[in-house]
Amino acid sequence: MKTETLASSRTQEIMDLHKARVGQRNRRALPKNILIYAFMTGLAFLFMLPIFWMASTSLKLPREVFAFPMEWLPSNPQWGNYEEAFSKFPLWRFMWNSTYMVVLSTIGQLISVPLIAYGFARFEFPGKNILFMLMLATLMVPTHIKFIPLYWMFQQLGLIGTYWPIILPEFFGHPFFIFLMTQYMRSIPKELDEAARLDGAGSFTILYLVILPLCKPVLAVIVVFSFLWNWNEFMAPLIFLDDFEEYPISVGLAFFQGRYSVEWHLFMAATLVSILPVLVLYFFAQRHLIGGLSAIGLKG
Amino acid sequence: MKFMGKKSKRERTQAIEGYVALSPWMFGFLFFYAIPILASLYLSFTQWTLVGSVKWIGFENYIRMFTRDPVFIDAATATGFFVLYSLPFKLVLGLMLALLLNMKLPGMNYFRTIFFLPAVISGVAVSLMWIWFLQPDTGVVNTLLRYVGISGPGWFWDINWALPSVAMMSIWKVGGAAIIYLAGLQNIPAHLYEAAAIDGASKWQQFWRITLPLLTPVLLFQLIIEMIDAFKIFTEAFVITQGGPLNRTYFFLYYFYEEAFRNFNMGYASALAIFLLIVIMSATALVKWWSNRWVYYEN
Repeated sequence: MKTETLASSRTQEIMDLHKARVGQRNRRALPKNILIYAFMTGLAFLFMLPIFWMASTSLKLPREVFAFPMEWLPSNPQWGNYEEAFSKFPLWRFMWNSTYMVVLSTIGQLISVPLIAYGFARFEFPGKNILFMLMLATLMVPTHIKFIPLYWMFQQLGLIGTYWPIILPEFFGHPFFIFLMTQYMRSIPKELDEAARLDGAGSFTILYLVILPLCKPVLAVIVVFSFLWNWNEFMAPLIFLDDFEEYPISVGLAFFQGRYSVEWHLFMAATLVSILPVLVLYFFAQRHLIGGLSAIGLKG
Repeated sequence: MKFMGKKSKRERTQAIEGYVALSPWMFGFLFFYAIPILASLYLSFTQWTLVGSVKWIGFENYIRMFTRDPVFIDAATATGFFVLYSLPFKLVLGLMLALLLNMKLPGMNYFRTIFFLPAVISGVAVSLMWIWFLQPDTGVVNTLLRYVGISGPGWFWDINWALPSVAMMSIWKVGGAAIIYLAGLQNIPAHLYEAAAIDGASKWQQFWRITLPLLTPVLLFQLIIEMIDAFKIFTEAFVITQGGPLNRTYFFLYYFYEEAFRNFNMGYASALAIFLLIVIMSATALVKWWSNRWVYYEN
């Protein structure tokens, strides 16, 4: 069991111990804190177990994979498994497809959302509140139930088997992002607009030169969420794409499951590779991600 | 004309520019929400295989759904039980986790990173990981259980355990809920606790009298979001169980997918879609109505 200590939790333990030693006032609370830390560490192990097991399996020899009783760690880490996984599954191809979808979708959101949010946040016109409510209500509608008419629509346009059915809707603003951006823009003082207007700036110049530069935190949230959602998207590409070569990593992996399920060490290597971009993004962009979630949590 | 004249030029420009700014959303709403939903509603009264002509059959799809479709019952049961299994755990454990993470101790950020991680990984990768994790013979869980002398169940491959296993996977993502609770917790003014402590309130009393009431809006939000999300379960059924064993995990969207894009029964699948939409909307309305009794609003 002690073998699966994660580097991050070890660092954290050392740091905590250090801080606890430094903090004089904490001295009396120490025994209780140790208990809490022990509990949290145990829980963290439990949570990380499936991921650890995937990583461990991905480095095993084929005969070790189905060893009984199971072995926690490979006797000799087989880094070559990754090479083999890349040659066996078109992982580069899938990841490139995913990246393509993610980038275009994110661009779509970044173009549309600020404009729409600006409309909701800064203009008065009849029906605005109803439209805003309608926009929020669409958050309730599962995307999937619209797939039949959309499939027919895109089929008429000859776009089944292309990325358009997946990417095009992203150019009209996701309601969650619009909501987030609208709330944020409302918190920017109107005096800025007025000052720019006195200087002769038009409404849309104000948006792009005055307001948008102040919205960077929300833009970051949009980029992070758009990346995660599109990277993880499964049902839309499954339905709208028909060529194996076009599959994003999510559908590609699912496609291989069942065909190569015997070779679990390679399969776990491929799975780990598939979440690597997400993990990297997660560790770098955590703050934005959590900031965005907090924003909905507080204003929902 | 008189009315128009009263409006200032500024106001009119405002309205025009507002509509211009909103136009992408209005276009998207029309083509990717309104029309598809209305089209689904129309198709739910028809028989259609995507090619060929659309045949109007009235309420036939709905009658079939409610009176003589055992798979519909299976799908509704599986989805309903999945919501019942996963939702309370996610809400309660998420809150408990958030309370732990909210303690002012050094290093809590690291724990936050760890517990939140499962919530950001994709459904497919998570499903594959868990297939391997819960293998009856060589999986980690059953090995650990064997250490303590328990013979573990067959998890996804056992009639009685398949649905709880999928729920367990979903509960693993509890960190997502915890993060939102955490934001709510950190928004509670500290002076309330200080005042309560001076008045001699115990930690326990503080939780029930301050923390929980002030957190009810977040709780409501979580309840709605997680519930809608639970109704939409699909990937796990597709990747792990294919609806089995014995349709125990034949979730609603999976049934929809099979009917629409494997069997091309577009009419019947549309009826299923409309039914799901109505269920989600009524459940949300019901929760909102019920929440009036327990959500605390400051003003």
